[in-house]
Amino acid sequence: MNFMDVLSNALRGAFGAEAAIYALAAVGLNLHFGFTGLLNFGHVGFMLVGAYGVAVSVSTWGLSLWVGLLIGIGCSIVLALILGIPTLRLRGDYLAIATIAGAEVLRYFYRSDWAAPITGGVYGLRQFANEFFALNPYSSNLELGPLLFSARNLWVMTVGWSLVVLTSLLVYLLVHSPWGRVLRAVREDELAARSLGKNVYAYKMQSLVLGGVIGGLAGALIAIATQSVNPDNFNPAVTFYLWAIMILGGASRILGPILGSIIFWFLATFLDSFLRNATASGLISPDVISGPDVGALRFVFVGLCLLLLMIYRPAGILGDPKELRLDVR
Amino acid sequence: MSDELSNDAVVESREEIVATDTEQHPSAGAERAAAALAGVAPEPGVAKPDAILVADDVSKSFGGVRAVRVDHLEVQRGTITALIGPNGAGKSTFFNLVSGFDKPDSGTWSFDGTDISGAPAYRIARRGMVRTFQLTKALMRLTVLENVMLGATEQRGERMLAAPLRWVWKGQEDDVEEKARALVERFRLSHMAHEFAGICSGGQRKLLEMARAMMVDPAMIMLDEPMAGVNPALVQSLLGHIQRLRDEGTTIVLVEHDMDVIMSISDWIVVFAEGAVIAEGRPDDIRTNEKVIEAYLGKRRALPTAQENDA
Ligand SMILES: Nc1ncnc2c1ncn2[C@@H]1O[C@H](COP(=O)(O)OP(=O)(O)OP(=O)(O)O)[C@@H](O)[C@H]1O
Ligand SMILES: [Mg+2]
Repeated sequence: MNFMDVLSNALRGAFGAEAAIYALAAVGLNLHFGFTGLLNFGHVGFMLVGAYGVAVSVSTWGLSLWVGLLIGIGCSIVLALILGIPTLRLRGDYLAIATIAGAEVLRYFYRSDWAAPITGGVYGLRQFANEFFALNPYSSNLELGPLLFSARNLWVMTVGWSLVVLTSLLVYLLVHSPWGRVLRAVREDELAARSLGKNVYAYKMQSLVLGGVIGGLAGALIAIATQSVNPDNFNPAVTFYLWAIMILGGASRILGPILGSIIFWFLATFLDSFLRNATASGLISPDVISGPDVGALRFVFVGLCLLLLMIYRPAGILGDPKELRLDVR
Repeated sequence: MSDELSNDAVVESREEIVATDTEQHPSAGAERAAAALAGVAPEPGVAKPDAILVADDVSKSFGGVRAVRVDHLEVQRGTITALIGPNGAGKSTFFNLVSGFDKPDSGTWSFDGTDISGAPAYRIARRGMVRTFQLTKALMRLTVLENVMLGATEQRGERMLAAPLRWVWKGQEDDVEEKARALVERFRLSHMAHEFAGICSGGQRKLLEMARAMMVDPAMIMLDEPMAGVNPALVQSLLGHIQRLRDEGTTIVLVEHDMDVIMSISDWIVVFAEGAVIAEGRPDDIRTNEKVIEAYLGKRRALPTAQENDA
């Protein structure tokens, strides 16, 4: 049992590319739910269309990666409009249903035989991001004590965390403006906002599109980082991890998604690494937990940690507990 | 026979109140409103010389209940017009319909000469017709000041593309804040300005909602029971604000149950019962209107009295 190994793995998870990508996606979700009150339970759908926008453009159509990125963003906008136009005039739960269903329908659609000539079906697509890695300025690995990052990984992390910072900055500027004030008013009470002359539908749509584009960017980055897309990686669990991340950090806090993602991935990789190490070294008997169970079991423990957090810090780590004491009169 | 007697008694006692009320000195706005309404007959659906809101055949049913069935109603510009009537008479529903918050089964209505039937609520508000809610809608996780600032119209920073460019809207934002602060002070909420509106008490929320509506600078403001739950001392100052608004030219439509309040500040009163307008007139006309008294006290049921039972 090498504790140093476990810890360094966990740190790598906390600051790695995956954490950056999930943080980015959660920034978009936070704009939806945290600042506008939109119940988006299908955020992974935006990631899917963003990822496939890049992959299909390059692999199937032979376009440049950067054109593909624009196409991915365009697809997120279209998806937001398709989901929003029929539902945003209705009560909030309709959007929730539409987004859950929409994301799943998209996944089945992209993996269908019918779409396979374009999307690669169940096998997905790969090796389409060479243009991105050609720009990699890092030539050697980075060693920070026990932490080792490959040059490739470092490049994805740099781009990922930069995008997280940039989008967070944009969201900060937006929500601290009169536009953001209307958004928060819509979250609190749509009718009140409407009674003061605000076009609630338009604001909700703007928020849905912008948050969706950020989600699409995150999806595109996953595709680029792994040089592959597969429809089954965009399953509903991803959306729920994003919700967990947002709530863990604190919804409607600018830094909430960032902190949430770091902690979430720290916990997930820590537990994964710990359990693997412990079973391998015989600390935990293989009769209790065997190797293949670890992947699932770690999320059980992550869930447990979330549960504890909700009990002791219900507003999230950065949340203002005062907000929860406000009641309806 | 005995019915008529008791009705007469009520009418008499009302006439006494009339006598005491008229001793007050009316404000300039009240005099202007009284002069404008001088020739108007106290009949349901009567035409007004300068109507800002005109509603025709507006009706709405909920299941079997005809909640609103207004044949014709006009609201005179620059007056305080009170809507009164028993609980469930359809006053709030009428508010919801004309302000675009609910869709009527039939009917048209116009504001300031423009047909606004079926227009979305936010457009109607932007046109200058703003309403408050009977059950207050405080924006809980916004501060009191932010609640009021939200009311300002034509804010440059409310457009998404301009929002990140602080310098585009900062100047206007400062003006908005200054105006909002003045309103917050006027409604005695200064000490709460930077608190979440969600911690406001029920009465404070009424005040906040009125301040917020006034921030829109409406030509007409529709207040649904603004005084409910507000302490008596503050009611007096609220009445002062409402009268001052009227004196400045704003039209006010007010739903209220407190008869003393209604009689003291209204220029015109519209009485609803079971969804319809059953009477209209100046406070003096309404006090002595038998239909109104009947609507409030209920038709005398033909319950047999003790003697009749014996007989
Ligand atoms: N959403 C609704 N669904 C069904 N019935 C409704 C609805 N809203 C109002 N009603 C009914 O319509 C009638 C009029 O209600 P409304 O709220 O307009 O009365 P009101 O005059 O404002 O009464 P109050 O003085 O008590 O506020 C009532 O009988 C009420 O039950
Ligand atoms: Mg009512």
